[in-house]
Amino acid sequence: MANERMLMKGNEALAEAAVRAGCKCYFGYPITPQTEIAAYMSKRMPKCGGVFLQAESEIAAINMVYGAAATGVRAMTSSSSPGISLKSEGISYAAGCDLPCVVVNVQRGGPGLGGIQPAQSDYYLATKAGGHGDFSVLVYAPSSVQEMADYVVKAFDMADKYRMPAMILSDGLLGQMMEPVVFPEIQDNESPKEWACTGHGNKRRHNIINSLYLKPEELEQSNIERYKKYDIVKAELPEAENYLTEDADIIVTAYGASARIARSAVNAARAEGIKAGLIRPITLWPFPEKAYADTVETAKAYLVVELSMGQMTDDVRLATSCRRPVRFFGRTGGVIHTPAEILAQIKQIAKEELK
Amino acid sequence: MAIYQKPHALEDISMHFCPGCTHGIVHRLVCEVIDEMGIEGDTIGICPVGCSVVSYDYFACDMIEAAHGRAPAVATGVKRSRPDKFVFTYQGDGDLAAIGTCETVHAATRGENITIIFINNTIYGMTGGQMAPTTLPGQVTQTTPFGRDPKVAGYPVMVCEMLSQLTGTAYAERVSVDSPAHINAAKKAIRKGFEVQKNKQGFSIIEVLSTCPTNWGMTPEESMERVRTEMIPYYPLGVYKDITAENK
Amino acid sequence: MTSEIQLAGFGGQGILFAGKVLAYCGMLADREVSWLPCYGPEMRGGTCNCSVCLSDDPIGSPVVNEPDLLIAMNEPSYTKFITAVKAGGYAFVDSTLVDSADVRSDIHEFRVPATRLADENDLKGGANIILIGKLIKETGVISMDDIEAAIRKIVPAKKAQLIENNLRAIRLGFDYAE
Repeated sequence: MANERMLMKGNEALAEAAVRAGCKCYFGYPITPQTEIAAYMSKRMPKCGGVFLQAESEIAAINMVYGAAATGVRAMTSSSSPGISLKSEGISYAAGCDLPCVVVNVQRGGPGLGGIQPAQSDYYLATKAGGHGDFSVLVYAPSSVQEMADYVVKAFDMADKYRMPAMILSDGLLGQMMEPVVFPEIQDNESPKEWACTGHGNKRRHNIINSLYLKPEELEQSNIERYKKYDIVKAELPEAENYLTEDADIIVTAYGASARIARSAVNAARAEGIKAGLIRPITLWPFPEKAYADTVETAKAYLVVELSMGQMTDDVRLATSCRRPVRFFGRTGGVIHTPAEILAQIKQIAKEELK
Repeated sequence: MAIYQKPHALEDISMHFCPGCTHGIVHRLVCEVIDEMGIEGDTIGICPVGCSVVSYDYFACDMIEAAHGRAPAVATGVKRSRPDKFVFTYQGDGDLAAIGTCETVHAATRGENITIIFINNTIYGMTGGQMAPTTLPGQVTQTTPFGRDPKVAGYPVMVCEMLSQLTGTAYAERVSVDSPAHINAAKKAIRKGFEVQKNKQGFSIIEVLSTCPTNWGMTPEESMERVRTEMIPYYPLGVYKDITAENK
Repeated sequence: MTSEIQLAGFGGQGILFAGKVLAYCGMLADREVSWLPCYGPEMRGGTCNCSVCLSDDPIGSPVVNEPDLLIAMNEPSYTKFITAVKAGGYAFVDSTLVDSADVRSDIHEFRVPATRLADENDLKGGANIILIGKLIKETGVISMDDIEAAIRKIVPAKKAQLIENNLRAIRLGFDYAE
């Protein structure tokens, strides 16, 4: 089925791409709207010599990933918002041990048990507060079923390259919808992992996977080293798509499912003679600041569109150094904005900011 | 006659354990078993959070430090990805039977082919002597200053008894290290656990009744006496589950 | 050109499957397509709906708020979605299960006793596909060739009878005259 266009759910496309990317171990726990990933893996993994295990909890699942990643294999878990809260302990430990692994969040509405409909209200959780301590994880925000497949592959590669956890920040819309997908040709990007606990075979000193430093100076140094790595990541990895931004007066900015809807609104605005454009961040951490900085001279105003109460707005303000008005429009709790609603916002801004 | 020496699987560095604490004995027993089975190069150990949190420095095999209570889940990830390796966890009572009960029970019921060395000293040692899930009724700790009152704080968790009820548990034995005879028996039990794993027979757990002189407020000698007079009567020694015997 | 399609009915009527057939048709015709189901507790026996978009351009929102085409297979679905259909749009209604009077004069509404036709022709569960047959006839948004290819693609080859039944259902809907 190489290069064949297939109609698949986002969750299933992601799972298939993960297997093709060399994911050897998947540990998960049922939660709507991501359960298709676990179901797919339970069928697929035994056929390709991989491991599927339904864990007793989200906490156990991320710790199983931690154990598998510590032995140097590609490992993944997936969940939806409330489950990611539970996993944040394990994510912090993996970050503290510099373990590469992939965590998928197919977001739903919150807080608390929230709802099961699509949302984007875990932006802070993913990019700012993934757990306790000084750390970040790579965050990729796919916007189509095709990107669900493409970016899980990239997430594995980059997690390995930089020795850090990577997160796919998706949502119920992208997870549940079907679109055509073509699976990418997989390059073998796995580098040898000399640090892994594979049994020393009496050939080397023991490897230790650990995030404990009882001496403050040593912990501080370890954090400083990790942040030097983050500086490299920030220089090398930011990714964004700019759509019609070159001459845009009003730049709408949105990621994931919201970006699809925002794009329709931008097209509608152009049809009405308003010069609108779209910046779609693909990496949410590192945030693609340059995509914004490049437009700040020419744009008159920005409109952040999210399925949340406005969590990405802070980053847009920082990336534009607060030099232009940054407005926000969002729906939350599982309600999905319509292109017409966004268009109305664009028109309002045009009226107020473009005189 | 064998000359007494440090096991190869035990690193030659001084341990941080308090005088009279039996962690050192148990470490040594695990390492003797690893040496005798010749499996150091094929063994991956998982440390808990608790007094043995830095044991990754003491065991010479590859070592992974787990989050509090999560060692059985981490061990599951290790064993599933490297099924040909020996995998053991070394956990205290708070780690295994309080915050990590869920992970422990499910690793057992899955018949996860790992070996757990479980240190039961009826107290949280590292944090300075608070009530553990295994603290005896009436026992005074920092958080049961008037003695553990079962009406308020419930009863001790009987780990071997509980886990032996699960089909996935292949071997469960409670041992003690308060006397040379008991130490020898403990080593045999640990060996048995690793042998069960070698034969891919499933989950094995060796519960070791241990001392905590510092937090018990006792001398090492008094501590050993407490194991004999208070702990063993409450936590009877013996084999609670052995599928290898049942199969014979 | 973009066709936004809403399919709605009871769980078990094959709403999601019918949507999938349409999406496959679009894909086989090399168009952009999306398929979005409702999900959650309501799928387990309650009302069920899904949105399908077929387009020559990249699809923005896969959510269909104002369908060009509606397939309504029960009373609650009809009531819920009929007012949302775009003026000039189409509705295909299973008249075996929908009694309400026609409320829109600005759309093309076709009533097909699909459940009865399915029962009479030994095509139990085929009402959904019968309505698609009618949709093909009246709108031409997909071709007979594509629908046949789509059905052969979705239904496993070893279930030859099922493929045959689906093709028969399409034809039945296509040929149905009020």
